[in-house]
Order: sequence, then C-alpha cells, then structure tokens
Amino acid sequence: MSDTMRYAYFPGCSAAGTSIPYTLSAGFIAKKIGLELVEIPDWNCCGTSAALVTDRDLAVALPARSLAIAEHNAATAGLDVATPCAGCFASLKSARDYAASSEQRRARVEAMIGESYSATADVFSFLELMAQEAAATAIEQAIQDAALTLAGLKVACYYGCALVRPASICRFDDNENPQSMDRLVALTGAEPVEWAFKTECCGASHQMTEPAAARQLIERIFVDAAANGAELIATACPLCMLNLDLRLAEVNKRRQEAGQTTFDIPVFYFTELLGLCMGGGVRQLGIDRHFHPAEPQAKRLRTLQQLAEEQAAREAAEAAEAARQRDVRKEEAARKKSEAAADAVPAAAGQGTVADEKEVHA
Amino acid sequence: MQTADLSAIAADDLKLAAKIARQAGVGLDDCYQCGKCTAGCPMAHAMDLVPRQVIRALQLGQVERAVNAKGSWVCANCMVCSARCPQGVDISQLMLAVRHYGKKHGLRPEPDADKFDDAFVANIRNFGKSNEAILAAKYNLVSGHLLQDLGSVPKMLSRGMIGPKIHGVKDKKSVRAVVDRVLKDGGQQ
Ligand code: SF4
Ligand code: SF4
Repeated sequence: MSDTMRYAYFPGCSAAGTSIPYTLSAGFIAKKIGLELVEIPDWNCCGTSAALVTDRDLAVALPARSLAIAEHNAATAGLDVATPCAGCFASLKSARDYAASSEQRRARVEAMIGESYSATADVFSFLELMAQEAAATAIEQAIQDAALTLAGLKVACYYGCALVRPASICRFDDNENPQSMDRLVALTGAEPVEWAFKTECCGASHQMTEPAAARQLIERIFVDAAANGAELIATACPLCMLNLDLRLAEVNKRRQEAGQTTFDIPVFYFTELLGLCMGGGVRQLGIDRHFHPAEPQAKRLRTLQQLAEEQAAREAAEAAEAARQRDVRKEEAARKKSEAAADAVPAAAGQGTVADEKEVHA
Repeated sequence: MQTADLSAIAADDLKLAAKIARQAGVGLDDCYQCGKCTAGCPMAHAMDLVPRQVIRALQLGQVERAVNAKGSWVCANCMVCSARCPQGVDISQLMLAVRHYGKKHGLRPEPDADKFDDAFVANIRNFGKSNEAILAAKYNLVSGHLLQDLGSVPKMLSRGMIGPKIHGVKDKKSVRAVVDRVLKDGGQQ
C-alpha cells in the first residue's frame, strides 16, 4: 500500500472513450480528497481478454511494458499503480504477480519486453484504492462537508468478475458477497440492497461476439436488481458499464414484445454517486452521457438540510396523524360507553342466564 | 455418465491431455465430476461441452473432442467455476488451455470470437492502444455483423465516446516489437 495517496495512473483505453463519465467523476473525487494520479507516460493497451485468449505470454508482456515504464519514469518510479478499469486491473496485476513469482519468470518477462522490470510496485483498482481507510475517510469527510445526501435511493452494487476473481490475484474482498463498494455507496446515505448477482458475469466481450448467448446474462442482472428493489446499479468497470447501460434498451425492447415489465434502472459508476454527494454537477461528472437516462436518479440528491426538513415534516405529519387517531379512538370509546349505558337494561337481564350456566357447570 | 474402459485409452492421448492440463496448472485426476463448476457457469446454456464435460473428455484422453467443442470458446473467462470447485481445480484455466491448443492447431470452432480477438490484437499491434471504433468496424466487417450496435453510434459520437481521433502510443515500434517477439516465440504453449 502506498503511504501517501499518490499513484502511477494507468487510464486504460476506454478512459478517453466510452468511460468518460468514470474518468470525469474519479478525477473530481481525486481533487476533493487529495488523491494524486500521475499518468504513466506512453502506456499501452493492457491486452485484456483478447491477449489472454491469444497467448498467455502476450497477456503478461503487454501490461508489463507499461509497468516497466512506470518504474523507469522519474515521476512514477516507486509508486504503486492505480487503474479505473477492472479488466486493466486484472491484466496488470496478473502480469506483476507472474513476474514477481520467481527470478526466472521475471527474467522471461524482461526478455519479452526488452526492458528491465523489477515487479516491486503493486497494482490497485480504483475501487480498492478508494475503499482503503485513508481514501474512504477523506471521501466521508468530503461528503459531510458538502452536506449532501442520496438518502432513500436503493442501489445494487455490481462488482462483476475481474475485481474479485481469482481471489489469489485480486486479494481483495469476498468473491461471492463483496462489501467494499456497498460501504462506499452507503457513505452517500443511499441504501445498498442485498442481491444475488453482485459478482455474476456481464458477458464481457461476448456481448460483441456471442450476442445471442450473452444477452441473457445482462437481462438476469437487471431482473435480480429489480426483484430486490434496486433503483439503480452501481459499477466499477467500464466494460460492465457499457454492457449494462448500452444494452438495457435492447433488453427492454425484448421484454416489452414478450409482454414483460421493463426496467428503468440506470447504471452509474460508483464514483458518480460519490461525486454527486461531494457537490459535483451532473454534467461535470458525465452523468448526462449515459445511454439509459440517469438524471432522474441523480435528482434524488438533496441537502442534509432538506433531508432534515423532510424528516421533520414527516414526523410532524406522523404526529398529527397519531393525534387524529387518538381523537378517533376517544370518540369511539365515548360512543361505545353511551351505547353501553343505553343497553344497560337488556344486559342486566342476560346476567341471570350466565349465572345459571355457571351453576350448571359447577 | 457412460462407463469407459480406461485400459483401452491410448497412452499418447492421456499424455497429450495431461500436457494441456499442465498449461493450466490443473491435475486432471483432481476432478470428481460433481458438476459444481457447471452449475454456476453463466455461459453453460450456450455450450455443447460444458466445463464438467470438457475436463471429463480430457480425463478420458479425448483431446480432439474437447478441442473441437465450442465450450472453451464460448467460455467468458469469468472464473466462477474455478472459484467454486470444491477440489480446487482451476477449471477456467483449463478451458483457456484447451482453446489455446485449438487455436494453435487451426481448430477454431467459434470463428467470430476468434476474429474479434485477432482484430483486437492487431489493433494493439498497430496503434499500441485499442481504438474502440476501429475495432468495432473491423470486427463487424470481418464477421459480417454489420448492423450490430449501429444504432448506438450517433449517441456515442455526440457524447464524445468515439471520434475521428485515433488513440495510439508514441513509441509504436516498441509495442509492435513486444507483440512480434512474443507471438513469434509461440509463447508458453
Ligand atoms: S467443480 Fe471441480 S470437481 Fe466438480 S466437476 Fe467441476 S472441475 Fe470437477
Ligand atoms: S470461466 Fe468459463 S467455464 Fe468457467 S464459469 Fe466462467 S464462462 Fe463458465
């Protein structure tokens, strides 16, 4: 773990493309909490799953080149590496672990990239980095300072695969029921829901290559989120985001044609939710760039003052209702009493019967 | 499960199966066919041989059957199977090793997946970074999936998610050299 919040930054290919909202919102948070991200100069694509299915060595060599540059460059030397993308995280950390696992393997990696590489710096995803105590405390403080809240909003935190599996490489959170994002999201006052699809696969690049088989993976995630009352899904990965956000329209179209309910469950980067509560604007954080409109959920943001006023108003309304019910009960009791008085004669006549019965039983 | 006469399996077939498993760091004998891997596999519905059957085929030395199946190509490498195997079999790595073996021997039962990955690697080799628009265009061309995702292009353009600018590294030669060095060596296979 870095002592200070200063990291060598590996943006990944989507940072300037499909995941601009992640870049904007994480950058906003970084400024607020004093997190320094020093970009690795001339970094290259991590290779992601395409390199892995092509050749194991390619999946090590591509990320290793960027990691070696980070070591050699004065501004990033000695810093741990941080990346927003779950896929980049998996590639970078796997390569680093491979090189660090034996002297022989490290030498192999150096031969492949044609550069020296000591494999000493560790690799962190933005989620893990922000979940660490120093960052999480600073985030909590910044949210308190902004006095904003997403109270009442129900959020399904979606982790996907690469942040938690394999556990031997990620060494972070539980791989069936992780909690780190849930805890961060709870700092906004929003309510993380319990649900079963936290670490189910979104289909990754199979949404391109095996669309017929992979679409149902996306639909199942929305079905379970909806079944557990979620009003939005929070994610920490650009590919999960793209798959869910971009393809929800198609899922909804299919469901509508089949006569099933459709979903109005936008997908957010967890950093967008945190950024909102630190005072970031919808445009500033990129929330206006989603495929499925996310602004309505963002409008649920209130000041703590508003929340307190709402709560006070609700309590006052509840108190008034309780008083009204008390009055109703009082009136009822009074009415019963006067009815009982009016019935006094027949009731007294009946008493004889009860007494007779008692005697019989005895 | 059918019964198999293990003594009738050629030693060479078993050796080859064990060699593929070694690439994955898997001991084939560790699997007792409980099916837990497959129960949680999100892509099993689209597989001809599911993970449990792929490892069974290899246990029986049926390498060709395992390699010709679409299973390992349909696998999304989500690693749920490995995480849940009670025997600690890294079955997702085994699926990958089977796919690597097939690719190396020209057996590509899911050509579209293969074209996508080839286009992706070519993209990296050319630019050092992945250009989503170029990749999508190239993949859609080679696979014939021309209309897929076309509807989202205007939105992507208007949001600045894709554009005419090609992302790339400055030192293109160095990335190209890494790719060529590794792939010429044939890697760890
Ligand atoms: S879960 Fe493990 S032991 Fe069970 S069938 Fe799958 S690989 Fe074999
Ligand atoms: S890694 Fe592949 S085989 Fe294993 S559960 Fe995921 S999709 Fe299925």
